[in-house]
Amino acid sequence: MYQYNDFDRAFVYERVAEFRDQVERRIAGALTEAEFLPLRLRNGLYLQLHAYMYRIAIPYGTLNARKLRQLAMIADRWDRGYGHFTTRTNIQFNWPKLRDVPDMQQALADVEMHSIQTSGNCIRNVTADHFAGAAVDEIEDPRITAELIRQWSTDHPEFHWLGRKFKIGISAAKHDRAVIRSHDIGLRLYRNEAGEVGFEVMVGGGLGRTPMIAKTVREFLPREDLLPYLEAILRTYNLLGRRDNKWKARLKILVHEAGIDTVRAHVEEAFKERRATMGPVRPEILETIAAAFAPPAFEPARDVPPLVGAGLRSWVDTNVTDHKVPHYAIVSVSLKPIGGTPGDCTSDQMRLLADLAEEYAHDEIRISHEQNVILPHVPRRHLPAIYARLKEAGLATANIGLISDIIACPGMDYCSLATARSIPIAQQIAVAFADLDQQRDIGPLKIKISGCINACGHHHVGHIGILGLDRAGVENYQITLGGDGSENAAISEKMGPGFAYDEVVPAVERLISAYLDLRTEPGETFLETYRRVGMEPFKTALYEEARSDAA
Amino acid sequence: MARKFQPQMATGNDLVEGDVVYFTSVGCWSRDIGDAALALNQEAADDLLKRASAFPNQVVGVYLVGALIDDRGRAAPDHFREVFRTRGPSNYPQHGRQAERI
Repeated sequence: MYQYNDFDRAFVYERVAEFRDQVERRIAGALTEAEFLPLRLRNGLYLQLHAYMYRIAIPYGTLNARKLRQLAMIADRWDRGYGHFTTRTNIQFNWPKLRDVPDMQQALADVEMHSIQTSGNCIRNVTADHFAGAAVDEIEDPRITAELIRQWSTDHPEFHWLGRKFKIGISAAKHDRAVIRSHDIGLRLYRNEAGEVGFEVMVGGGLGRTPMIAKTVREFLPREDLLPYLEAILRTYNLLGRRDNKWKARLKILVHEAGIDTVRAHVEEAFKERRATMGPVRPEILETIAAAFAPPAFEPARDVPPLVGAGLRSWVDTNVTDHKVPHYAIVSVSLKPIGGTPGDCTSDQMRLLADLAEEYAHDEIRISHEQNVILPHVPRRHLPAIYARLKEAGLATANIGLISDIIACPGMDYCSLATARSIPIAQQIAVAFADLDQQRDIGPLKIKISGCINACGHHHVGHIGILGLDRAGVENYQITLGGDGSENAAISEKMGPGFAYDEVVPAVERLISAYLDLRTEPGETFLETYRRVGMEPFKTALYEEARSDAA
Repeated sequence: MARKFQPQMATGNDLVEGDVVYFTSVGCWSRDIGDAALALNQEAADDLLKRASAFPNQVVGVYLVGALIDDRGRAAPDHFREVFRTRGPSNYPQHGRQAERI
């Protein structure tokens, strides 16, 4: 875990004092709303449908027990006893009062957390593989790079007022668990044929109104050149990117309109200048950061108790992943109880997760972009005890990667931008497929739901994507198929006319039924079947059967 | 034929609490949609928005919403987004205005 130095600490506390003053001046009427709005957004404070919403950064999704307990305390003291983990691995509180937010900020600063740059047209929280440091298939912990980027991008004077928000994602593994090609900049750390470690740099990805898969701008970038290269990309975007229309202001539009070759030429030219001015990243800086992410002191292998009970065995099958140390495991704690709200966690559950991390898992906790909680370093011998404690707290749903492990944005239950609800759709689908044996039979399947075209629910990369819209004053849901957020990233395709709110679950049921009929054998996943047979058989199932049902 | 005018209400969020509020016929703000002043023509709607916007340090994000009037003269929003704002989130009936009706 990265520890704040004196500079970080002073910076964060100064920001608390500054925002406290701004809030007081707003309440006293010395600042207008137009003046205050960009200031509160820069501190992660939104005004939503029913209340304010406070978004707190969880850098690259990493927490420890102390931080998670503080989030639980904040939830109880200033909010309503729960928090919502987001697809950017942040946490949101949905009911704060304006007057209390500086105190919440102060409580965050006390545990080396903040809400800076969680909103606004700036570089947002850098996300990384949630299995970082534990994954079998990674070459190094990508959080070392993520932390370097966090330090560089926080309060960077040149990038305070970008054309739009800017997102960076990083992976250092063979399998992309961080959807890096959906970011403005995606970084894949790998070892080239010469044995050198560097980055494949991808630019211009993004979901939202105009979904794009990022294109490779540099096949191999030596690691010491990362920051000058990132500055070159940001500078190119800042200078050439559009500002005439907010929907056209993302880097993906520049890459699309100008072409990757033109963007590359500008970036490489700017890179020469930035590299000459900035120089490479100093090795001692990287070493200091790397030391903060050193692996924990793994215990020696010990006897592992047998997995007694069907519930435990199925949870281990579904929610436990192999660790790079064979007698360890990675535990994914599902925040998708059947019928629950995806990503929500009560303060009691947060405290339990903090206890488990401390007692069994080297005090490491991660939040995944799929809105689950990860204990990345668990000795296998502790799995039964952890399962038992999770079960008591309603946190042992064995559905990771299955049909009920749904991403859903807050949608129109909270968000002022939403055009339809997302959460109840997710709840209803999960209830319809509640039977875990049936879920396992259906196999790996990612359903992702967004309540508007901004696509916070990542529906474009869902195997089944659902987009909630307002059609003439009525909620209507568009269904897309074939999206993929992995290293084989793909944007899903629209199926056809949308469905009313109460028609979505039957529509998903028809798609699943069609898949079960179409697959060649149980091992062929939904996505593989879709790729083999294409859209038409699913369209027939979705629309023809709907018509015959109605007849 | 001229389109029938949809009655309008003025709404916003309380600056400090964040709560949904409605502008009333007596010129103040209420958390109860039943207290909302109704504008029955465009001129009255323009005037309602102007009067409701005169509290920049109390209520923010002021805008007009269409209203449906029932037989007893009570107003309800004409759009589902505004209906949700009168209730609260559908995933937690214990939160938002709907909590008071449990």
